[in-house]
Amino acid sequence: MPTLASLRNLAKLTWLEIKIFAREPMGLIGSVAIPVGIFVVLGRTVGSRLGDMTSGVASQLRVGLPVFAAIFIAINTVLSLIAIIAIYREGGILKRLRATPLSPITILVAHVLVKLVFTAITVTVMVLAGRRYYPAGADVPLVSFTLALLLSTWSILSLGFIIASLVRTARFAPPLGSLILYSMLPFCGLFRPIDDFPAGLQMVSRALPLTPAVSLLSGIWQGNSWSAHLDDVAALVAVFAVCTLIASRVFRWE
Amino acid sequence: MSGPPVIRVSGIRKTYGKTVAVDDVSFEVPGGQIFGLIGPNGAGKTTTMECVEGLRRPDRGQIEVFGLDPIKDAHALQRRLGVQLQEAHLQKRIKVWEAIDLWASLFDASVDTDAMLDQLGLSEKRNAWFMTLSGGQKQRLFIALALINDPELVFLDELTTGLDPQARHTIWDLVRDIPNRGKTVFLTTHLMEEAERLCDHVAIIDHGRIIDHDTPAGLVARHCPERSVIVSTTHPDAAAQFDALSSVDTVTTVQDQLTLRGHGNNLVTETIHCLSEHGMRVTAFRTEEPTLEDVFLTLTGRSVRE
Repeated sequence: MPTLASLRNLAKLTWLEIKIFAREPMGLIGSVAIPVGIFVVLGRTVGSRLGDMTSGVASQLRVGLPVFAAIFIAINTVLSLIAIIAIYREGGILKRLRATPLSPITILVAHVLVKLVFTAITVTVMVLAGRRYYPAGADVPLVSFTLALLLSTWSILSLGFIIASLVRTARFAPPLGSLILYSMLPFCGLFRPIDDFPAGLQMVSRALPLTPAVSLLSGIWQGNSWSAHLDDVAALVAVFAVCTLIASRVFRWE
Repeated sequence: MSGPPVIRVSGIRKTYGKTVAVDDVSFEVPGGQIFGLIGPNGAGKTTTMECVEGLRRPDRGQIEVFGLDPIKDAHALQRRLGVQLQEAHLQKRIKVWEAIDLWASLFDASVDTDAMLDQLGLSEKRNAWFMTLSGGQKQRLFIALALINDPELVFLDELTTGLDPQARHTIWDLVRDIPNRGKTVFLTTHLMEEAERLCDHVAIIDHGRIIDHDTPAGLVARHCPERSVIVSTTHPDAAAQFDALSSVDTVTTVQDQLTLRGHGNNLVTETIHCLSEHGMRVTAFRTEEPTLEDVFLTLTGRSVRE
């Protein structure tokens, strides 16, 4: 029964890693408190003025801000994964775990699950905390939005594994990750619709893994059905497949 | 040698880019003993050991552990091996009991965690985070993890590097006890004293090649047969009398201290006999035995620490 045993090991390791992560104050602050804090502060600043604005701008903010915050959570999650993998590799922890009956996949999947659990917690806290600033968002599809964010994060985490493989030292992994991920932000349709870009840039934009994530998250936040976003879902799955394939070739355990 | 060899390594070679880490290394590890692969840092000890553990694939050569291939038969071997890796760590904030619990569960081992912690002197550290342990405590935990599945063969890579002497002695006592439970230990060390105190059998590796192997006493007898006796006396005839002894090769005198170099098992007896025969008044007397350190120096022309 190797599969049952490996599932049990996965559950055990995931739970252990959740506990270990929760013991690290900086990790919790970075991945939960800061995104929620930024969202609440921004929401407070602009939320109270939403009523005075023209409906176009107001609706853009109502959608744009939560999606921006969600993307911020996703990027934060991926950066946190990159940092952990780099630290675990540098400290020989990955190597130590690998020299046990744990399969390599189990070790990495446990980390993905830990990250997704904290993503779900963060987005839930964020939406609940921000509810009062978004009168229009009172009937936000929280479950669907959370699922959309989990799917987006899961997809981008695979890119994180490639970045974690490219960097040799734990010190440079997070900065390089930030550079790669944040530099995608202006081109993924978060601030300006992609259709407004010049043709060449549009091609680049559509190839970025953040683009379908932004499209899916804004659609779901506005109440669209999942069936209207099958192309985004397919794109995110494709990003995951391609990145995982590359990561499995370049990933380094030590 | 008791029984068939547990590990059989023949002609392995491993390169990293242009660096040849291990070249044409062959040796056998007999069962129920402590076998040491000894040599300076960078000699190829860890690479060799990690090939035997199945963590690295040699470019060339054959390895058998219990007659099985460490890479192909990794799954079958896993439960029979216990591994401690050099410079490996655990998660900073994992608790001691959590690590033992995780390992026990991974190996399907039913271990009395409390008894094990007690035996290794870690009971008080049960709930401590890994990062708060001292170097010696960390290594004791790693020994616990390596022994958790009751393995037949235990790998210990540079177990006491960086530990203070007291912690080192505690670890030595633990390691010495392992073969008593019918297990075989394969260890690496660059500390010749450690090898001498622990190992039944050693292979000396330098620049990726095994330069000799035997029991520590056998290596010393073969490569460094000379012994020294150092005597402090004011007797005027001492140097001349000692020089006449058949097992003494040279006598050097520095003030009242005479150093007699010679070889053979009679050197000390003859010296003592000579002292009493001539009624010499002696204020200090000691013998110097060559060590593995001297063997390494003789074989390579340099100290193991260089």
